[in-house]
Amino acid sequence: MAEHTSEQIEKVITDSLISFGANADDVNRDAELTALDIDSLDLAELSQIIEEQFGVELTSADVAEIATVGDAIDIVVERS
Amino acid sequence: MGEGVSAARPQGACALVTGGSRGIGAAIALALADDGWPVAINYLTGAAGANSLVAQIDSRGGRAAAIEGDVADPDTPARLIEAAEQALSGPVLALVNNAGVRADGLALSLSDEDWRIVLDTNLGSTYRLTRTALRAMIRARFGRVINIASVVGPRANAGQANYAASKAAVIGFTKTAAVEVARRGVTINAVAPGLIATAMTDDIPQEFRDRVPAQRAGTPEEVAAAVAFLASDRAGYITGSTLYVDGGLSA
Repeated sequence: MAEHTSEQIEKVITDSLISFGANADDVNRDAELTALDIDSLDLAELSQIIEEQFGVELTSADVAEIATVGDAIDIVVERS
Repeated sequence: MGEGVSAARPQGACALVTGGSRGIGAAIALALADDGWPVAINYLTGAAGANSLVAQIDSRGGRAAAIEGDVADPDTPARLIEAAEQALSGPVLALVNNAGVRADGLALSLSDEDWRIVLDTNLGSTYRLTRTALRAMIRARFGRVINIASVVGPRANAGQANYAASKAAVIGFTKTAAVEVARRGVTINAVAPGLIATAMTDDIPQEFRDRVPAQRAGTPEEVAAAVAFLASDRAGYITGSTLYVDGGLSA
């Protein structure tokens, strides 16, 4: 698996959250996912996208630990 | 297309029908093929039936593939979806959980094996296949899951406590799974046949037939028509529902 830069990971996660309906202006590292109206279905789909694009499998326990956009980026960067 | 309008079936989407080699499943496979769905026909013992159905669909200008697999085996669902997608070169965006078995007996005399085989086949496979298929469906913003339930389950039928439990549970599963994915354009519905003339119901006594208000058994094609409708673009706003095809039996 090719290396992925944190910029690539950040872009995929940001674009995904926007595609789920999050307001683009509000998506930044510190934003809480709940404040962006991202729910468990969105997170399940985000996990699939991350698995397909970066080969990183997130368990439901991993996903439960993700509170902010930055948390999501960091866990994928750490494991990819 | 404006916001709020049902999406159309994406190009390349295909359908998977479990237990599709005969009876209601075979009629469903034909009806979906007639509606332009490439259809994967899963079978367990009916290889000859499944292959002849594939030939029949081919001769009508459709596309189909027969795929062997025991849906009661927990490893089968993921393999089935993958095999269907490879054989038909597209994502499974319509799933018909039709495979079902009976192992009748009074509740007080059912064996654990009677219970297990009916629950694993009728309910477990519905859950596992739906779980697997939903991955592609939510990404595609389009999906149709149609679970074949029964009038038995919502209503009693002495001698079928295991079957009734499995089919009532299928309806409960259908409702909750439907609300979870509704906003992704994926619908999940149940079709509940009454007495339908197939090999599975050959032994149903006349007194049961007499209870049907329509005064006859239904045909597999009449069940298939309901399934094809729920799979169509026209049914995009119907989800979590159970459509009874029973000649008025449960009215």
